[in-house]
Amino acid sequence: MHSILFIVFVPLVAAIVAGFANKSFGATFPKAITTGGLFLSCALSWPVFIGFLMGSSEASVTPVLHFMTSGTFDVSWALRVDALTAVMLVVITSVSALVHLYSWGYMSEDPDQPRFFAYLSLFTFAMLMLVTADNLIQMFFGWEGVGLASYLLIGFWFRKPSANAAAIKAFVVNRVGDLGFMLGIFGTYLVFNTVSIPAILAAAPSMAGSTIGFLWFRADTMTVLCLLLFVGAMGKSAQLGLHTWLPDAMEGPTPVSALIHAATMVTAGVFMVCRLSPMFETSPTAMGFVTFIGAATCLFAATIGTTQTDIKRVIAYSTCSQLGYMFFAAGVGAYGAAMFHLFTHAFFKALLFLGAGSVIHAMHHEQDMRFYGGLRKAIPVTFWAMLLGTLAITGVGIYGIGGFAGYHSKDAIIEVAWAAGSPVASMVGVFAALLTSFYSWRLMFLTFWGEPRWAASEHIQHALHGAHGHGHDDHAHDHGDAHAHGHDDAHHPDPAGEDAGHAPHVESRGFNEIPKGTGGYHPHESPIVMLIPLIVLSVGAVAAGFVFHRWFIDPESAGGFWKGALFFNEHLMHEMHQVPLLVQLAATIVMLSGLLIAYLTYIRSPDAPAKFADTFQPLYRFLLNKWYFDQLYHFLFVRPAFAIGRLLWHRGDEGTIDRFGPNGSAWLVQVGSRAAVRLQTGYVYTYAFVMLIGLTAAITWAIAG
Amino acid sequence: MSFPILSLMLAIPAVAAIACLFLSAPAARLTALVATLIDLALGVLLWTSFDVGGAQWQFVEYAPLFGRFGWALGIDGYALLLIVLSVFLMPICIGASWQAIEKRVPEYMAAFLFTEVLMIGTFAAQDLFLFYIFFEAGLIPMFLIIGIWGGVNRIYASYKFFLYTLLGSLLMFIAMLYMSITAETTSIPVLLNYDFPASVQTWLWLAFFASFAVKMPMWPVHTWLPDAHVQAPTAGSVILAGVLLKLGGYGFLRFSLPMFPEASASLVWLVFGLSAVAVIYTSLVALVQSDMKKLIAYSSVAHMAIVTIGLFAFNAQGIEGAMMVMLGHGLVSGALFLCVGVIYDRLHTREISRYGGLAINMPRYAILFLLFTMASIGLPGTSNFVGELLSLMGTYQVSTTIALLCTTGIILGAGYMLYLYRRVVFGEIKSEEVRQMSDLTPRELWLLVPIAAAVLWMGVYPESFLAPMRKDTQILLARIDRAKPAGDSLPTKGTGVVPAAHAETSAHGSAH
Repeated sequence: MHSILFIVFVPLVAAIVAGFANKSFGATFPKAITTGGLFLSCALSWPVFIGFLMGSSEASVTPVLHFMTSGTFDVSWALRVDALTAVMLVVITSVSALVHLYSWGYMSEDPDQPRFFAYLSLFTFAMLMLVTADNLIQMFFGWEGVGLASYLLIGFWFRKPSANAAAIKAFVVNRVGDLGFMLGIFGTYLVFNTVSIPAILAAAPSMAGSTIGFLWFRADTMTVLCLLLFVGAMGKSAQLGLHTWLPDAMEGPTPVSALIHAATMVTAGVFMVCRLSPMFETSPTAMGFVTFIGAATCLFAATIGTTQTDIKRVIAYSTCSQLGYMFFAAGVGAYGAAMFHLFTHAFFKALLFLGAGSVIHAMHHEQDMRFYGGLRKAIPVTFWAMLLGTLAITGVGIYGIGGFAGYHSKDAIIEVAWAAGSPVASMVGVFAALLTSFYSWRLMFLTFWGEPRWAASEHIQHALHGAHGHGHDDHAHDHGDAHAHGHDDAHHPDPAGEDAGHAPHVESRGFNEIPKGTGGYHPHESPIVMLIPLIVLSVGAVAAGFVFHRWFIDPESAGGFWKGALFFNEHLMHEMHQVPLLVQLAATIVMLSGLLIAYLTYIRSPDAPAKFADTFQPLYRFLLNKWYFDQLYHFLFVRPAFAIGRLLWHRGDEGTIDRFGPNGSAWLVQVGSRAAVRLQTGYVYTYAFVMLIGLTAAITWAIAG
Repeated sequence: MSFPILSLMLAIPAVAAIACLFLSAPAARLTALVATLIDLALGVLLWTSFDVGGAQWQFVEYAPLFGRFGWALGIDGYALLLIVLSVFLMPICIGASWQAIEKRVPEYMAAFLFTEVLMIGTFAAQDLFLFYIFFEAGLIPMFLIIGIWGGVNRIYASYKFFLYTLLGSLLMFIAMLYMSITAETTSIPVLLNYDFPASVQTWLWLAFFASFAVKMPMWPVHTWLPDAHVQAPTAGSVILAGVLLKLGGYGFLRFSLPMFPEASASLVWLVFGLSAVAVIYTSLVALVQSDMKKLIAYSSVAHMAIVTIGLFAFNAQGIEGAMMVMLGHGLVSGALFLCVGVIYDRLHTREISRYGGLAINMPRYAILFLLFTMASIGLPGTSNFVGELLSLMGTYQVSTTIALLCTTGIILGAGYMLYLYRRVVFGEIKSEEVRQMSDLTPRELWLLVPIAAAVLWMGVYPESFLAPMRKDTQILLARIDRAKPAGDSLPTKGTGVVPAAHAETSAHGSAH
């Protein structure tokens, strides 16, 4: 039963081989070996998962290599497999394998494909190391490894300034979270004298009620530890405050967005909280904070999603919002529900992203939905796949019977929050569900319904007037240029490009004011290698909910599935079914309302959105500018960092330390230079000799005396 | 007495150095390379025959010279690792100077070989004054390397370097005289267990601190380093960052902590304070540099601050972490300076803004530079992560505040290094001359790939490096444990009762 070794290390080997082979043997070899490796990993992962579904597997730990010992600090590389890991394994390897396959089509024109596939496999390896970690250090290894891969893939088109800026931003913002994670690890080691996860979880309950000193205050030990660790989760999972990197990460190729920034990496924070759930259970304060951040993010991101016009950014904010759901589920103690939503979300969100990629592919790299319209007939497979994805994310279903994936997982979160005594979080979830439904259908209507508005797109014009042979989003820098001028307010190009450099689409021209017409452009459906992943994921989006809910959240059977891999509160899951009928129906009601509003405003009276935006100009601009987080951070952190750096350099080092130190006086400088000149002209040997002789003499004198 | 391998390691480069002075340029290059490679082989032999967990002092040699002054050599695990680091980097330095140095090659090679002698001597010396001579004389060849083969402003830089380090060393010398007279010995192993009165310890500690703080360098006596690096030839920077900066840390480890434990404990605040300032201050300064070497030099100051906090954490993680940072930083900063040297040799400028888009025409270079950038940032799987993790973890046990302040280095470090990498390697090629730059030559690959392998080795299996020093750390901790400062965490015993139902209900005070 060492298939786990193959599952984890095959992607690493494939990445290394593909990376070193690079273009030596053509692009097909590295593509084949990475994709083949991932399908192998995937094929080995499902039996592991099914073993846990059947209840026939037990948690196991496969040692790999001793890592380090320092004092009582002892760490080994090891691969832990339990139900929680098994869920992550199938999510990661399945989506990754499909994304590898999809990239054969999507990246087919890119000259750097070997590098791309090597990065994808490297990412998968790091993610697998993260979820199989048996101790916090290995988890951190995977955590940073996925961060590296994310950095490399966001900046894959390294010639684009905006991609580079987004890559750095993603890495640095994540590092802010990692600061918390690292301090959390330090504190955990200090308290428990180990970083082994099972040992910590076993000892955690007995530490409840203890206090610890931190900075200048004393506080509840477990609260301090959990909050520090949770800061790490907030960074990786793009929660409110540390979310700003995620939308910019859309600069990466779309398959990357699907794999890393939707299905897997960004869920690492949720995974961490679930993995450490017995620890969080000992601190109601930390749980309250997790709930609060989750609910706030869920709502906040959804509000922004309603105004964005870039198709990938809408989905990115949607991801952010859905991650919020997962966190507040975890915060109220329903870790099973959090993992369930993570599981279903991986399928439908990867589907939506890959679908969006297919649309972008068809529309010659245009990402602005205002230049779409009427694509339903032109790219029918993509349309149907995205429709299923939308039905899944909005949670379409029939009470008492069942529905698409989101119906089972998201509605469960709303209900369980109510049952756990957090009606506010529950209501926030309901409202966010309304917004989710609205922005999802808005996306669908703008893209697939209405009349074509393609002719006005610069990308389409580009396509019509030659200039073929480009890679994909590759020349989306034209896109940046095309939209950057004229509406780049309150946006300073900063040296580090900490804030993306991607101009926000402040242009308030409504979609309805875009001239209609196809311009003679014929969108083409994507090749079969891109459609297969869409079809497979569609099956997941439709079925993942009703097939798997009994293992994830059912109070009767889920405990037997998790087997203690996370804290499963059966009592709470029972309560969930006792919540008022209105709460149970609320999600469905708002889902229909969102659909209705989107239909009325984007199909029936297409003038409405522009009018609304005009009427509520401040609110609209506030949302369009993403609550001004980027501007605020730029003003608070980025600019001061550079300004203080310059000040310390010129005023501190040069103006004070050097002035009063080595340059103390002109005399010293002169003497020094004269001495140095003399040294140079041959007196050096004399000098050295004199120094040594003098020293020896002094010592002799000292010792003899 | 067994085979005097340490003396041999000193003799080979010394003889080769003298020989170089009488040889032609090509012959001097070859001689230097062969000599350093032999020393590397001996270093490997030293490492493999070192008895891990055995006697504290191994390969001991003693020959009386005059008075109490003796030729006393011997190494423990700490010294072993630093010697191995030195002999590993030396052939790489010679290789890096193969074509870059054209004037006075024999003297140049001799200077490097003497540096090697003095560095190995510093780490191997068991006599107080023998140590002093090696330690201080190490400054002379470096001074020459900067002053003769340096850049435009080399005179100012070498003078600044000299002035700073000499001032510190004078105080240390006086302290050493006092110690040898009071304790009536110059043997370092004996002094390690000699208890000076606490009041005297403080003065001695401060005198040593003056020297070691400059060598580290610690803020605010760090300003010689950026200038020295900027002016030094590539190989000079490699050896300066790779080994000479480790002398300060080694000094703290060998002298300050075990000889003056009470003073170390009572002055922890000074070390911690200066280190925390250094991490934030120099990281921010690094962020705004436009000269590649200056940027890396400032980052070195920040990394060295992680060493000092770890050393003075008074626990195994801190001390071993500090050693690991020293080793990792020796490799990584050396490699980063080599990376700068590679493109400097092609374009003859260190201005970051002149580059850009190197990933396009120098893909191999881009990958190796990326690896070293990530190692510098402390990415897990690379050498620096292990050191930083342990060092900061050790510090956290003493002071959460200092740990927090110094851990911000991981954010700032990512900021300035990725910003550097982006400007040099990413983006479009901006000028025709950059377009003409060719990828790494086989010679350059031979310099960088071994370091890359070592960086990954240290990151994935650091146990190879931690094992030899484990016993020394135990001995050191046993010695300084009596002065160990209490941490500020002090967790109380848990009650096992979860405090209050929920944050919002805690107001009702109902615990369940």
